[in-house]
Amino acid sequence: MHHELNVVWFVLLGILFAGYAILDGFDFGVGMLHLLVKDDAERRLLLNSIGPVWDGNEVWLVTGGGAMFAAFPNVYASLFSGFYPVFMLLLLALIFRGVSIEFRSREPMRWWRNLWDTNFFIGSILAALLLGAFAGNMAYGVALNSHGNYIGGFWALLNPYALLVGITTVALFMMHGSIYLVMKTEGDLHDRLRGWVNNSIIFFIICYATTTMATLLYDRHLTSEIRKHPVFFIVAILNMLAIANIPREIFHKRDFRAFLSSCFSIVALLSLLAIGLFPNIVYARNNPANSLTIYNASSSPYTLKIMCIIALIGMPIVLAYTTYVYWLFRGKVRMDGHSY
Amino acid sequence: MNTLWLSRVQFGLTISFHYLFPPLSIGLGVMMVTMEAMYLKTRNKVYESMARFWTKIFALTFGLGVATGIVMEFEFGTNWANYSRFVGDVFGAPLASEGIFAFFLESGFLAILLFGWDRVGPKTHFFSTIMVAFGSIFSALWINVANSWMQTPAGFHLVLHNGVLRAQITNFWQVVFNPSTMDRLVHVLLGALLSGAFLVLSVGAYYVLKRRHEDFGRRCVKMALILAVVGAVAQLVSGDFNAKMVGKYQPAKLAAFEGHFPADAPAGMSPFGWVDSKTQTVYGPRIPGMLSWLMYYNTKAPVIGLDHFPPALRPPVNPVFQSYHAMVAIGMALILISLLGIFYWWRGTLFQKRWLLWIFVVSVVGPELANELGWFSAEVGRQPWIVYGIMKTSQAVSPDVAAGEVLASIIMFGIMYVLLGSLFIFLMNRKIQQGPEEAAAVQPPIPPHVVEGHGRLNA
Repeated sequence: MHHELNVVWFVLLGILFAGYAILDGFDFGVGMLHLLVKDDAERRLLLNSIGPVWDGNEVWLVTGGGAMFAAFPNVYASLFSGFYPVFMLLLLALIFRGVSIEFRSREPMRWWRNLWDTNFFIGSILAALLLGAFAGNMAYGVALNSHGNYIGGFWALLNPYALLVGITTVALFMMHGSIYLVMKTEGDLHDRLRGWVNNSIIFFIICYATTTMATLLYDRHLTSEIRKHPVFFIVAILNMLAIANIPREIFHKRDFRAFLSSCFSIVALLSLLAIGLFPNIVYARNNPANSLTIYNASSSPYTLKIMCIIALIGMPIVLAYTTYVYWLFRGKVRMDGHSY
Repeated sequence: MNTLWLSRVQFGLTISFHYLFPPLSIGLGVMMVTMEAMYLKTRNKVYESMARFWTKIFALTFGLGVATGIVMEFEFGTNWANYSRFVGDVFGAPLASEGIFAFFLESGFLAILLFGWDRVGPKTHFFSTIMVAFGSIFSALWINVANSWMQTPAGFHLVLHNGVLRAQITNFWQVVFNPSTMDRLVHVLLGALLSGAFLVLSVGAYYVLKRRHEDFGRRCVKMALILAVVGAVAQLVSGDFNAKMVGKYQPAKLAAFEGHFPADAPAGMSPFGWVDSKTQTVYGPRIPGMLSWLMYYNTKAPVIGLDHFPPALRPPVNPVFQSYHAMVAIGMALILISLLGIFYWWRGTLFQKRWLLWIFVVSVVGPELANELGWFSAEVGRQPWIVYGIMKTSQAVSPDVAAGEVLASIIMFGIMYVLLGSLFIFLMNRKIQQGPEEAAAVQPPIPPHVVEGHGRLNA
């Protein structure tokens, strides 16, 4: 019985992080494009396209972290302490990014705004790169001792595969964010953004193809699960179709459907990672017996059950008012006296 | 210094800085609900301008609270991995609940609060303000559950998991309502209310003194004074409850509060003093039997002293004594000045007492400082334990993090927080100087074609 709960929480964590990637992903993408527009009014439009929602989007990460702590404390402990420098830099990026949005338009001086614009840009790229490198290390596997402590050292975290996934993540979020902006803008800016969507799709597809080749070559533990259960190959195919569908929808000016395709491909990419890892969460590349799995790293069945009840009560309400907020701020960005 | 000590320094630094902001947000949330309710009831525009002005200030404190709060959630794992493994089964659930029940609620409705003035009706906006206030209170609730469990663990048992001992929940409600949860929650929330009330009081008094936005300022002062006096007096009662609770469940901490050493003797109290742990002396005035009386209403009743515990299991006495006494002294001062304010208000001369208004202006630091000192007393007073009586702080640290890494991150946080703190004060001051009426016009004028949404931008 309790084994089912372990699987449930593996899936729920996946949903939380997928929610985070979809939502904060376009925030990061907007930040990456921020310096490409020069005009102050246009930059404010970009900022305000995510203005009311970016803060709530980041809560998905906080809740995901809390849920990981509660459901798989050994994973939380090993990852956060093992990836210490990565998480510290991520905090730096997230904090500066957040306060840049908050501070930027509070003063009219040009130097002030340029300073925070630059911070917003760097913070967005750095956060995406680090989150991607984190995912890359998860896919590649890390060195763990028998207590589950990370023993790989700092430089191993910056291995080429992890960096490649990091850059792919930057490309993914750039594409995702530019599609989001196309949905939220009008006129001349909208037309320019439409061009950037095409460029970022090409950038992403190159990265994606390279990452796929590297995964097939170097991460045999990830692909073995799909070899064992060929049915999962459908996810990979659907992912390809979703990505291919994005330029098609953009061409036909169906921006929202392009955005949905982009969301779907984020979910599919994370699903492939989750399928490849299952039932491991942290794969010990040095000695697979040291891996942290959904069974040996989890909380007790009682706690997992309580967490299920908490999630069942809480998440429907969260989804309801989050949907309401998105609905309220739907459509093209409108500036008013309360905008950033 | 090693990873352990550096991690303690880092946690102390990051939590102290973080804890400047959430109490302000919680307190301001209550104030904003009151202001908007008054606006809906009276339709007096000044209340609307109050709500709008304080919402802007709230956005600033909330933003910094979130930014510095993510750090806290990461730090359990990054610096205290063995702690996380040991308590994750118990401790993770309140943290996850905080995300699900509090953070989502706050950030979701904050969007409507800040950007929705012209998109939703006044009632929906008011509802959103209430939800944001509830969110901030729920956040205090869940983090208090987690922290109180570390003070007075309950509802768990110790189990071998993969050959390592860890705590597992046996009864969720006993974890949530462990012996100190409610007393500490009330104390924290009242502290937060005082933070918000004294901020509003301070700014209101400043406007009255400077003869700017006087109607606005007077109403802020009056509204804040009511909440301040209620909060300050209630905090005294809550403090008494907490001292009794600490005496019952964490006797070493209570003994350190008052520098009481004899293992089992009636205990006195000092209004102030200096503790020398070596000679076991408190230098300063002492009221004999006072602590015994406060605890048991009997000046002769024995109170467990520090000698009851082996030296290795005692908290550092003088720092705990000093921070606790400073907190109490500030609390008393807050009661005094808020009562004086009410008295002169009743006499009808409040706004002529410029000396008192100046005290109100600076009083904003009082609750903030008391919150920090109270936290310091509670956490340092718990040492050497991280989970009282179960796990020591020295056993909790991450085994795979190098001291150099922690040192680097301390420097990073140090620089970052000095910068953020300065910017916060700068922007806060700017907003206060600009004042309520101008608050909406801070933004540079927006070209009409952008407002209408036709994208002809003058690039």
